[in-house]
Amino acid sequence: MPYSLTTVLYIAASILFILSLSGLSQQETARRGNLFGIIGMAIAIVATMLGTGTTGDANLSDSGYMMLLISVLPGVLIGAVMAARVAMTSMPELVAILHSFVGAAAVLVGLASFLDPNANHADVVHNVEVYIGVFIGAITFTGSVIAFLKLRGSIGGKPLMLPARHLLNLAMVGACVYFGYEFLTVHGAEGLTPLLIMTGIACVIGIHMVMAIGGADMPVVVSMLNSYSGWAAAAAGFMLSNDLLIITGALVGSSGAILSYIMCKAMNRSFLSVILGGFGSDGGAPAAKGKKIEGEITEFNVDEAVALLKGSKNIVVVPGYGMAVAQAQHSLSEVTKILRKSGANFRFAIHPVAGRLPGHMNVLLAEANVPYDIVLEMEEINEDFPETDAVFVIGANDIVNPSALDDPASPIAGMPVLEVWKAKTVVVMKRGRGTGYAGVDNPLFYKENTRMLFGDAKKNVDAILGKLRD
Amino acid sequence: MKIGIPKEIHPGECRVAATPKTVARLQKFGFEVLVQSQAGVAASFTDEAYREAGCTIVDSADAIWQQSDIAMKVRPPTEAEVDQMRQGLHLISFIWPGQNKPLVERLAARKVDVLAMDKVPRISRAQKLDALSSMANIAGYRSIIEAAVNFGRMFTGQITAAGKMPPAKVLVIGAGVAGLAAIGAAKGLGAIVRSFDTRPVVKEQVESMGAEFLELDFEEDGTGEGGYAKVMSKAFIEAEMALFLEQAKEVDIIVTTALIPGKRAPILITTEMVEAMAPGSVVVDLAAEQGGNCQLTKPGERYVHTNGVIVLGYTDLPSRMAAQSSQLYGSNLCHLLDDMGRAENYKINLEDVVVRGALVLKDGELMWPPPKIADPSPPKKPAPPPEPAPVAAAAKKEDSGSSVSISMIIAAAALVGIGVAQPDNEFLAHLTVFVLACFVGYQIIWNVAPALHTPLMSVTNAISGIIIIGGMLQISGDSTSYATILGAVAVFIATINIAGGFLVTQRMLKMFRR
Repeated sequence: MPYSLTTVLYIAASILFILSLSGLSQQETARRGNLFGIIGMAIAIVATMLGTGTTGDANLSDSGYMMLLISVLPGVLIGAVMAARVAMTSMPELVAILHSFVGAAAVLVGLASFLDPNANHADVVHNVEVYIGVFIGAITFTGSVIAFLKLRGSIGGKPLMLPARHLLNLAMVGACVYFGYEFLTVHGAEGLTPLLIMTGIACVIGIHMVMAIGGADMPVVVSMLNSYSGWAAAAAGFMLSNDLLIITGALVGSSGAILSYIMCKAMNRSFLSVILGGFGSDGGAPAAKGKKIEGEITEFNVDEAVALLKGSKNIVVVPGYGMAVAQAQHSLSEVTKILRKSGANFRFAIHPVAGRLPGHMNVLLAEANVPYDIVLEMEEINEDFPETDAVFVIGANDIVNPSALDDPASPIAGMPVLEVWKAKTVVVMKRGRGTGYAGVDNPLFYKENTRMLFGDAKKNVDAILGKLRD
Repeated sequence: MKIGIPKEIHPGECRVAATPKTVARLQKFGFEVLVQSQAGVAASFTDEAYREAGCTIVDSADAIWQQSDIAMKVRPPTEAEVDQMRQGLHLISFIWPGQNKPLVERLAARKVDVLAMDKVPRISRAQKLDALSSMANIAGYRSIIEAAVNFGRMFTGQITAAGKMPPAKVLVIGAGVAGLAAIGAAKGLGAIVRSFDTRPVVKEQVESMGAEFLELDFEEDGTGEGGYAKVMSKAFIEAEMALFLEQAKEVDIIVTTALIPGKRAPILITTEMVEAMAPGSVVVDLAAEQGGNCQLTKPGERYVHTNGVIVLGYTDLPSRMAAQSSQLYGSNLCHLLDDMGRAENYKINLEDVVVRGALVLKDGELMWPPPKIADPSPPKKPAPPPEPAPVAAAAKKEDSGSSVSISMIIAAAALVGIGVAQPDNEFLAHLTVFVLACFVGYQIIWNVAPALHTPLMSVTNAISGIIIIGGMLQISGDSTSYATILGAVAVFIATINIAGGFLVTQRMLKMFRR
């Protein structure tokens, strides 16, 4: 296959990737979008496999085909098994670990590209590209691994607060720049030493950066790492002079960046502080801040909740991470069916940062067969709360906290929230009396129209379902 | 304790302060009830019915005034009645102490304790004993019935073999309790109903009853104290009058219910407006007792203007539905006595805002008007959300504005730096591709539905597995060289990504269904 044909196929693959992402703009076209992605990927791989480089040499030698086969087959198997087995509640972990793979691959490709016996070590531009590619790849790799472990709960969600951590980060970046200088000035293969040292430092930066981020900020972290993995791929494209890699990397990179921007806006935090990491830790001891709340908690039991549901025409459910943890979405879906059949306007309200991944709640509800047209975004539904008879908040806290709007001293002040307290009655299903991830007490719980239903969300929803069926 | 129910002696008054149903409740509260013979006849309650309910029927009013501890009436007592009362009697009735000074003095001289049902404060807690609302509700309903009787056509529109009948158009001015009841009744008869009120808050209520809320293009809130409207500015009234004149030409029925407490009712329908109406049209003036909202109203009378427009100034609308209004008024009284501690704990408690508000005389002393209580009803709209948040948001906006310009400067500097560094053309070509791809990505991703953000992440995950190509280009060397091995591992990892990412996305997207 001549070089020109390979290039043309690469263009086709790029277009298919773009179509794939634009297909995701609506549910109706999303599956077709995914199919475009698969076709694009197949074209790209086949074109690379059969194609030739600029010099006319084949991309792959015979031994190369062998190597390809050996490495691709187990990869496909592992990937397929992972994809088929993963529980929807664990999607954040899967996404995080996949990010780490991209990061690791970027590091490996960078190193391999440097070690390539045919490489021209005198090419400064190429060297810079390798160096940057490995740097981003290494941060993505270790950062994603830490995010994965945090999401799995293998390590605690609490932010790790080293003293002078900003200085530490700065020092490490400085060291990387210094070794970069070393790397570019030494000749030939000797550059390997500074390159490897830098890789090590970048790995530490990745670890430290994500360790410093609290559990509730994971949606931002995951989308940020998504972005980094894209940039890593783009950097690999530069070093290999491969436009397809550059385009794809740029698409993924901007996608992740936009997602993290949306998440930041939803939490009212600045973009810069997230991109730099060290996020969710500036508050010091946030629990101490904010107004003292006065008032009493009114408790509720399952029978009262059932009576409320039966007597309500307009019902909105606000799910949060707690629903995912308790796995209450399936029972909830049954409740939805029963009440919708009896004529209630039953809807779901999703805050952009509910859960641990952008859009996580939507996926969980979709898994439980909740029709997507009754699952609404914050902006679509916030105005409807005054006309709502009953709101059920399941395992959510900060995203329904009124002090975000009315208490400028609150650590989450200015964050857009679901204004559930405007409804006639709000039922908050909560495991215990603790505060949310932000450590802020929630005045919602003390409002006159709020009823607290304590206990495991799944058990309570099951009990409600049982009573509704009777 | 004994409760006495005298017969109303005001001419034309058909109501009575207790019905067989309400006396049953009073007895449950522990009271003994005396009813004057024939007291309920005008409201279709026979002595027999009261007797069956367990009351003692007494022949003369005198017995009521002398034997009972609490006397309950509808209309304010006449002088003759006051003179019959024993000392220390508790009287619960409509009193209108503001308008009936001599009566109050006379009652004071008699050392009668008096609670005025018309002075029950209009707060949420007292709604169940708000007799004014009960009566206004009935008056509003009846006003439409009276209008229908006098209006020579149907209210509802019909299309018959003989031709089309247009529905009647009704304008209700003042959407208080009476106004809303009138809207409901007119709507129920099939008319097209419009309503106007100076208080914008009632718009929702009007619309919920199925009427159209007329609005002036004028910013002024007429919400006053205690659920009433206040006097509006001159400019507002002019705009309002223009609207009414306009409407008068169109509508068939006008019901006016505008009252301002302690003042003569405002004139809203002028002679000019009545003359603009079509012959046979009807104006019902529910404010007739306070002077009337219509210039031509003759209180208590049906007046036909020279152009054939009928102006009804009836002041006895609740009495025209005596059975119903007696029942409601009697229930209001029951609730009051319930609040006052029933028979065993009956007490005029000055701490109770409701009782304090209604209390006119105690032990011969004038207790009215009560000290002001600050509890407007309906409650005012919740205060607007405090300012700090929007201000902070605005500040943020500025920040992001300046950060945009800063990042533009940085980007420009970087581009210039690259240009000055003179890299080879190949790099520049790649850079062009990179920058354009970033912008394409930016445009596409903003269109992605938030609900699909998780599939978006997994699909971008799969796509970023494109780094496999990087690995593939490295594996053709000696199979023991580092480059080849590293490349092969990269291919392996990237494959996991591609396969896992696409398959899990597929799995997720299948779950999304309508």
